[in-house]
Amino acid sequence: MKIFVAVKRVVDHNVRIRVRPDGTGVETAGVRMSMNPFCKHAVEAAVQLGEAGKADEIVVVSIGPKAVNDVILTALAMGAHRGILVETDADLETLAIAKLLAAIVAEEKPDLVLLGKQAVDDDSNHVGQMLAGLLDWPQATFASEINIEADQLSVSREVDYGRVTTAMPLPAIVTADLRLNTPRNAALPMVMKARQKPLAVRSADCMNIDLTPRLTIEKTSPPPERVAGRTVADVGELASLIAADIAEMEAL
Amino acid sequence: MTILVLADHDLGALSPATARVVAAASVLGEIDVLVLGEGIDQVAADAAKLSGVARVLVAQHPGLVGQTAETFVPVLAKLAPDYAHIIASAGALGRDIVPRLAARLDIQPITDVIAIHGPNRFDRPIYAGNAIQTVSSAQPRQILTIRASAFRAAGQGGSAQIIPLDYDPVNAIATIVAAHRTENNTPDLATAQIVVGGGVSVGSAEGFKLVGQLAAIIGAGVGATRAAVDAGYAPNDWQIGQTGKIIAPDLYIAVGISGALQHLAGIQGAKKIIAINTDPEAPLVKLADIVLIGDLFETIPALIAQLEHLGVKP
Ligand SMILES: Cc1cc2nc3c(=O)[nH]c(=O)nc-3n(C[C@H](O)[C@H](O)[C@H](O)COP(=O)(O)OP(=O)(O)OC[C@H]3O[C@@H](n4cnc5c(N)ncnc54)[C@H](O)[C@@H]3O)c2cc1C
Ligand SMILES: Nc1ncnc2c1ncn2[C@@H]1O[C@H](COP(=O)(O)O)[C@@H](O)[C@H]1O
Repeated sequence: MKIFVAVKRVVDHNVRIRVRPDGTGVETAGVRMSMNPFCKHAVEAAVQLGEAGKADEIVVVSIGPKAVNDVILTALAMGAHRGILVETDADLETLAIAKLLAAIVAEEKPDLVLLGKQAVDDDSNHVGQMLAGLLDWPQATFASEINIEADQLSVSREVDYGRVTTAMPLPAIVTADLRLNTPRNAALPMVMKARQKPLAVRSADCMNIDLTPRLTIEKTSPPPERVAGRTVADVGELASLIAADIAEMEAL
Repeated sequence: MTILVLADHDLGALSPATARVVAAASVLGEIDVLVLGEGIDQVAADAAKLSGVARVLVAQHPGLVGQTAETFVPVLAKLAPDYAHIIASAGALGRDIVPRLAARLDIQPITDVIAIHGPNRFDRPIYAGNAIQTVSSAQPRQILTIRASAFRAAGQGGSAQIIPLDYDPVNAIATIVAAHRTENNTPDLATAQIVVGGGVSVGSAEGFKLVGQLAAIIGAGVGATRAAVDAGYAPNDWQIGQTGKIIAPDLYIAVGISGALQHLAGIQGAKKIIAINTDPEAPLVKLADIVLIGDLFETIPALIAQLEHLGVKP
């Protein structure tokens, strides 16, 4: 079985971002970048399926400028077998990303595509579902558990009321949630070995897909700031404040 | 042109989020609500009562019960040509279905909308709510999810027509095997007026019960941090934050929660925040409206006793 994993390079999730004062976006120059956390869970899931003898090839793909090479290398160091960089300097919308991925999936014909459930920069939570729609494959989003028996996939998904287990035949799309597994940190020898693994580079512009943005980002603004409040002396004072708040809510 | 809103429902009841999506969408035009599932007469009747709703379209079929993207998307895609906007709430259902639908229709969706400036202009948060994007779209129709907690609920003055839809079953290959439902008699988190949240510092599932007791006495919804959920102290659907539920209560009481930016992403809409923490330097303490410095194992039982003493009722 062949597994395909899509990974995105984003501003590291520990960085407190800054909105540019002129409203043109978020400052990303000189900011620490890393693999989107949800994508790490997707890569880990693929590697674990490989280790369990259920997958023989894991291909990782990332779309973006040359610098996204580093997250492909991270995935290769975690245990993926080969990488594909789809190079573009343009800021692509999720629909364009999904179309590029669909084109590569059509060529590579994997049995399973794993993605993160959302990228923590744009917080879109789109690409997996879009890819499934474009390919007309079944989808299992927000996965917290994956099992494969023969060509049957069973996924536990996190939903608003708890969890739901869904079964479907392969090929299918799965998007990873944070409770799916604990991603490994690649040991140094694996990091060295990753550089020897095959990495193909393609140009997004040469794939015959219209990548023109559909939306105009008019401006980016910081959220309203909260100001520091006050500290109460004891539990009694807090209880009175809460009681007063509740009385006021009831009055409305 | 009319607006199509997909109803969110569970256990035969309309989700409180839908009333808020309807209210948000009503600035755009007349609304049709689409209800898909089985055993959903009550859902349709409740949707028909919301003010701003012109018609409720209903398709009932056993194949629609699991609410899968595979079965819902074809129904929405078929209706799409008649609508300028297709809107769902940004809950698990909307997030699952809307991007798939949009890709099928070759539309770039706009999701998690927190403000509507006009038919084609919307605000949406990025970077865990640390930046707000204002976007506009020149596409022939807009496909959106709306963050319910950012809007008020629609009134109950409506009396919309309920219209059954012809439904051609699709051959869905994904099937629902089991649902694990969190037993819950606390208010819906996304729309609760008061929420009490607990962090990993409660130390155990037993310790988390303190949080539940405080919530019960004031009629609050119960939430948790990711760390508390990962530790197994609280169910996954109680998680508040960037990857959990987004809340906007009048009052949020955070018990032993540090205030990581991913958690703050879920509580930005809270009107008033009370933080109870041993650490005066915790980020949430720094931005809360009211702070109590103290050990939760002492302060929470004492607070419950005081509230009882004051005669506060849920
Ligand atoms: C991609 C990603 C997504 C994430 N999404 C979310 C999300 O949606 N929601 C979320 O919550 N987190 C999320 N997280 C995790 C987040 O970064 C934090 O790790 C988490 O919120 C911390 O939870 P906590 O406050 O319970 O624990 P901690 O950060 O460990 O804080 C515990 C707090 O309790 C206080 N304390 C300790 N003992 C006591 C006591 N006896 N009495 C009172 N106070 C006490 C401490 O002073 C401290 O402030 C995400 C992380 C990543 C990487
Ligand atoms: N530029 C990209 N390159 C590769 N994969 C991506 C890219 N953007 C998004 N993805 C995948 O889609 C998932 C969801 O992203 P999003 O829909 O942008 O929130 C990510 O976790 C990745 O798995």
